[in-house]
Amino acid sequence: MSGLTVEIADKTFPASDGAPERALYRDFRLEVADRSFVALLGPSGLGKTTLLNIVAGVDKDFRGKVAFTSEKPRIGYAFQSPRLLPWRTVLDNVLLALPKGREHVERARAVLGEMGLGDAERVFPERLSLGMQRRVALARAFALEPDLLLMDEPFVSLDEQTAEKLRDLLADLIQRRPTTVLFVTHDSREAVRLADRVVVLAGPPVRIERDVRVELTPEKRREAGDVERVRDHVVRVAG
Amino acid sequence: MGAASRLGWWAISLGAFVAVWWLAALIYAEPKLLPTPPHVLDALLVLAKSGALFSNLAITLARVAAAFLLAMSIGSALGILMGMSMTADRLLGPWVVLFLNLPALVIIMLCYVWFGLIEAAAVAAVAINKIPNVAVTLREGAAALSRDLAEMAAIYRFSRWKTLRHVILPQLAPYFAAAARSGLALVWKIVLVVELLGRPNGVGFELQTAFQLWDVATILAYALAFGLIVQAIELGVIQPWEQAVNRWRR
Repeated sequence: MSGLTVEIADKTFPASDGAPERALYRDFRLEVADRSFVALLGPSGLGKTTLLNIVAGVDKDFRGKVAFTSEKPRIGYAFQSPRLLPWRTVLDNVLLALPKGREHVERARAVLGEMGLGDAERVFPERLSLGMQRRVALARAFALEPDLLLMDEPFVSLDEQTAEKLRDLLADLIQRRPTTVLFVTHDSREAVRLADRVVVLAGPPVRIERDVRVELTPEKRREAGDVERVRDHVVRVAG
Repeated sequence: MGAASRLGWWAISLGAFVAVWWLAALIYAEPKLLPTPPHVLDALLVLAKSGALFSNLAITLARVAAAFLLAMSIGSALGILMGMSMTADRLLGPWVVLFLNLPALVIIMLCYVWFGLIEAAAVAAVAINKIPNVAVTLREGAAALSRDLAEMAAIYRFSRWKTLRHVILPQLAPYFAAAARSGLALVWKIVLVVELLGRPNGVGFELQTAFQLWDVATILAYALAFGLIVQAIELGVIQPWEQAVNRWRR
């Protein structure tokens, strides 16, 4: 497991195609405690994905630093689109993210089973529905047993029923194997439903508008009334 | 499409070609200048019996294979490098355009003049003619590589080898197939010119002899034999390989 601190002194999007240069982050700082589930809530296009990419180490074009509490944490990343390798089977897509070894094959199979994808192991991703592809991507992130799980609106553009099922699944997996989660969303209900801390972002440049603890038991999170009460709180102070 | 129906279409298409040729030969009625298909088959049988057909085809095919492999590996490496690095593209791009437009004949002559009338010069001349085509095709492929998947591979700590094998090469496969297909045809054509100009054997050399005798049947017999071989490579190697790597597509 790993907590982290991200400090961004300056992150600017260069001017392109007539659009002027855009200051995304200025003197931004966020601390994420070990084994906490932090939801980053804010409107689309604000720069939340950029923040995840900076944490993941794929966006290095910024001034500042990212520090983890453990050394070289394993990072699982559920992208906004599934980003599966279409020419590899479902099982291979999960296995490729893992080190070699029998026990990893077993684990990949087990996670796929839990996701209800046991029958799809040998199938190529493009033959699956988007909902199933997302589950494969989640399975890939989970099977790694990551120290840090980054999730970028992983349930967007799914029908509500499927999305709700996947949220239950996510909550369930995290309860069984706690890990640090950084979860980007623009859906306040989803944020309250899953996270134990909701960080409301506004900008640009991005700043932390509000930082709200969510103290709900797993049971209460499944009840619309309780979620709605906390959500009102988050949204009101945000507005 | 199944293998049987693929073969069926192949037969219909080539059958129509033979029919048109036959008809034209009958109408033209000058068997010396435009022989009918049976005439050409006779010439082919004569060549086969003397053994000249197989020895010359083998020599030419060996040159084709050597030049093809050389051009594919060097051209791919250059193309991928240019597709992935802007600096490499800026430095090498103009070279590629230059060589792309340099006449094949000039390259062949210069290779023979500078390196002598030797086997290595012949193969090199053919490869140099083909390298820019491969490079241009693979450059497009490498420039179109998915950044999303590259990021995914980096985050999940794929090794270099794993990234190459599972992420990069599958994306380049259609470009390899395109380069290989057009490459085979081009290489074979240029090999004949190279043989005609500076080799004492091979199909190109034999064609020159036949040309001096105005022996059209022999010219067509060699063309036919080689055409069949190229079709066999297309049907037996390139198409099955393409199907295997495209298995995942919907």
